[in-house]
Amino acid sequence: MKRLLLKSTAALMILALIMWVVLKKAEDTSTVPATSNEILVGEFGSLTGSEATFGQMTNKGIALAVEEVNAAGGVNGKTIKVITLDNQGKSEESVSAVTKLITQSKVVAILGEVASSRSLAAAPIAQQYKVPMITPSSTNPKVTEVGDYIFRVCFIDPFQGTVMAKFAHENLKAKKVAILTDVKSDYSVGLAKFFKETYTKLGGTIVSEQSYSSGDIDFKGQLTNIKSTKPDAIFIPGYYTEVGLIARQAKQVGMKAPLMGGDGWDSSKLSEIGGDAINGGYFSNHYTSESKEPVVVNFVQKFKAKFGEVPDGLAAMGYDAAKVLAEALKKTPNITADGLRLAISQTKDFEGVTGKISLNAERNAVKPAVVVKVDGAVNRFVTTVNP
Amino acid sequence: MEEFIQHFINGVSLGSIYALIAIGYTMVYGILQLINFAHSDVYMIGAFTGYYVGNFISRSNWFVLPGWSAFFFTLSCAMVVCGCLGFLIERFAYRPLRKAPKLNILITAIGVSLFLEYTGQIVFGADPKVFPNLLNDVELFVSNSGDVRISSFDIVILSVSVTLVILLNFLIFKTKIGKAMRATSYNETWAALMGIPVDRIISYTFVIGSALAAAGGVLVGIKYPKIEPLMGVMIGLKAFVAAVLGGIGNLTGAVIGALIMGLAEQFVVGYGSSTYRDALAFGILIVILLFRPAGLLGKFGIEKV
Repeated sequence: MKRLLLKSTAALMILALIMWVVLKKAEDTSTVPATSNEILVGEFGSLTGSEATFGQMTNKGIALAVEEVNAAGGVNGKTIKVITLDNQGKSEESVSAVTKLITQSKVVAILGEVASSRSLAAAPIAQQYKVPMITPSSTNPKVTEVGDYIFRVCFIDPFQGTVMAKFAHENLKAKKVAILTDVKSDYSVGLAKFFKETYTKLGGTIVSEQSYSSGDIDFKGQLTNIKSTKPDAIFIPGYYTEVGLIARQAKQVGMKAPLMGGDGWDSSKLSEIGGDAINGGYFSNHYTSESKEPVVVNFVQKFKAKFGEVPDGLAAMGYDAAKVLAEALKKTPNITADGLRLAISQTKDFEGVTGKISLNAERNAVKPAVVVKVDGAVNRFVTTVNP
Repeated sequence: MEEFIQHFINGVSLGSIYALIAIGYTMVYGILQLINFAHSDVYMIGAFTGYYVGNFISRSNWFVLPGWSAFFFTLSCAMVVCGCLGFLIERFAYRPLRKAPKLNILITAIGVSLFLEYTGQIVFGADPKVFPNLLNDVELFVSNSGDVRISSFDIVILSVSVTLVILLNFLIFKTKIGKAMRATSYNETWAALMGIPVDRIISYTFVIGSALAAAGGVLVGIKYPKIEPLMGVMIGLKAFVAAVLGGIGNLTGAVIGALIMGLAEQFVVGYGSSTYRDALAFGILIVILLFRPAGLLGKFGIEKV
């Protein structure tokens, strides 16, 4: 009798779980069909996972942009509706999210991702189904090389690597630099390569090249090695989750050389994880919230009013990507995949928060980068570097 | 030479954390011949308990604990919570399957592990959390050249680990419960015939192993203050390997295996290539197991199937 009771309780619990999942799924916006005066746009991003602030901030930027477009009358009398799917920061989930957006929700275009590895995983799907995809902030050059339906509104790593190499050489006057790369990330490997190329061309020496895998927590061995080569600066083209810990441990092994990185550092969590060890680090970014440009001031103000926080570079990129897409949609009253693709590719001198956006023949944006300095939770503007 | 010493210190510090987790694997295996895959997730729950308790202490106005007591209070809370969790896992997931084939329990263990990982992602959120700053990291020793540094965290981790291992050894070799555990590990049926409450002894084993994993979780949280629901996966694998390396089922072996793993990783990075850190560390395992198939301190015996 007791056994039977136990078994039936277990069975009931599992049934309840299944019911809950099914009901939850019914609420899921992705299965809601578009009404005739709505344009469906898909978004995939890391709303959870280890780089969650990337996806969350991008999502907020996109939401703000779409809200503005819709409030101003929408696109050719229709409103834009964004369907957001979480990929948990995983490449394989990105593939299924994008497949679902295209085949089930029938979106006309896709926005995402931040991390190049995940954009690279999803891009072939978008290309295969001929749905235009705009990535807000994947900087690895390979992403748009996937095909003619893949675009980006940010600069690419060869440029970002050049920016930081020049910065190390000219502003920091560093003669010797050590590099610490995340071997699991396309972004990190690419950026390290481009940094090295430019920096050695400028006459600098790379004294040590070490690597780690995302998810590692102990970097003391690598840092002890780097320390023995006495570099003037250390370039760490990784994501903020590991960079925070690396900065802490660099301090623990007694390293005083400044740390440098790319836009993967851009997160409010960086200073939380890194504590005061990350202060004084430099990284290249898409924009600075300290800019006095009216378009930026306006954006920061609206973002703060809506979400109660200062937008980071990824929020700005999400905002710009959505705005660029809205512009292209306006130019194509009868939305066809090819027409929309053409309209996006003709984006020229678009006034974005992150600068003037023009897409070149390789579907990449050509625009300036800024270098900022970490100072607690704020990133202080240091310099702008033009392409 | 100084770098060598620094790599050695780093390796011991990392190894002592692996040791705390490896002991849990080895204890359960020694008694049940079960690889408790959920163990590394109990470690994660320990870190998160530490996170919530630590945050509560550092934020509340009326519950003020000065310096060290905050650390020990957090550590004990995490150990108690995980001890209970270990008890519940054994009681509801493994005990009903005590008479079932070993493979069934193994699969259940994987299920419990996934259950904890994904529940953790829902309850705690999948984004990384920053562990509260319970202790200040002070540099205790810096060599003249600045190349050898020992920080208070290294000492705290090592001493907490060593203390817990000594306590555990005392418990197992000097107390009645320990004697019962050893008897159960030797032969469950005979132990039961001698009047040993086998079920209760197995529960104790799980409680103790889980509490040690929790201690590991809190120590890792303090040293590497970024915790997330999947933090146990990789470190759990390494601790498991450490337990196998030392001879699974053997406590001293687990500690030695863990230290070897920690040192191997640091020296591979230090004098080899950091890209192949895990590959080389696991390669060492293969070499050792080629020569000593039962692990360093394991007893080699032919199992009749």
